[in-house]
Amino acid sequence: MDNKMKEQSGNKMTLIVPALSVNEAFVRSAVAAFAVQLDPTVDEINDVKTAVSEAVTNSIVHGYDGKGGEITVRCEIAGGGLHIEVSDAGVGIPDVARAREMFFTTKPEQERSGMGFAIMETFMDGLDIRSEPGKGTTVTMSKVIKRDA
Amino acid sequence: MRVDSKILNKTLYIGLTGELDEHAADYTKAELDSLTNAAPMQRVVIDLSGLSFMDSAGVGVLIGRFKKLKARSVPVFLANPAPQTDKVLRMSGIYQIMPLV
Repeated sequence: MDNKMKEQSGNKMTLIVPALSVNEAFVRSAVAAFAVQLDPTVDEINDVKTAVSEAVTNSIVHGYDGKGGEITVRCEIAGGGLHIEVSDAGVGIPDVARAREMFFTTKPEQERSGMGFAIMETFMDGLDIRSEPGKGTTVTMSKVIKRDA
Repeated sequence: MRVDSKILNKTLYIGLTGELDEHAADYTKAELDSLTNAAPMQRVVIDLSGLSFMDSAGVGVLIGRFKKLKARSVPVFLANPAPQTDKVLRMSGIYQIMPLV
């Protein structure tokens, strides 16, 4: 591990924003800006932005059902990668396995694609969903971004 | 989000510019519906080259428009997605119903 990586490891960033869709662009851009220190490719940055956007949308649309609340986004650099946690204190997900299925949506009348978790899973290298009905949901994602020195 | 349009040879060309996410979805749906309702056309081509970002909310917008136009027997085609947009669209399988031109 070179000096740069030693210095970066453990570097953190936390954002707390109201659950408003107008904040989606800000949050994904802020996470992307934080990730730049890992020297990611354009494709890697786009993957991270897309996955973060999906997680934040889920909190706004499903967690809080559009009624507002707070979303906390934590980022940390560790082990040659970026770890992102998006959490809300919303209604939670009754059946996480079902929610992870491609094209499953509880709101088809809103023309939702049901791709959110599938995109997070495909675009990132790790996805963990912890949810408790009535308490909220925390989505943890990681992306390996390791450049050869 | 900016929505531009022109009609050429009975084809409605629509250009989307900006970031198509949850925040822009409702506005984009309304704009696309008003354009496609107003214009007499035989097909629709949606140019995505101006999209600097799109997530699954955008897929929902496009599939919703496809369904409405299919009911009127108007085929919809997509054009020029940037790599990030293309990756999301490819995963959705949308090109099977809205082919790239």
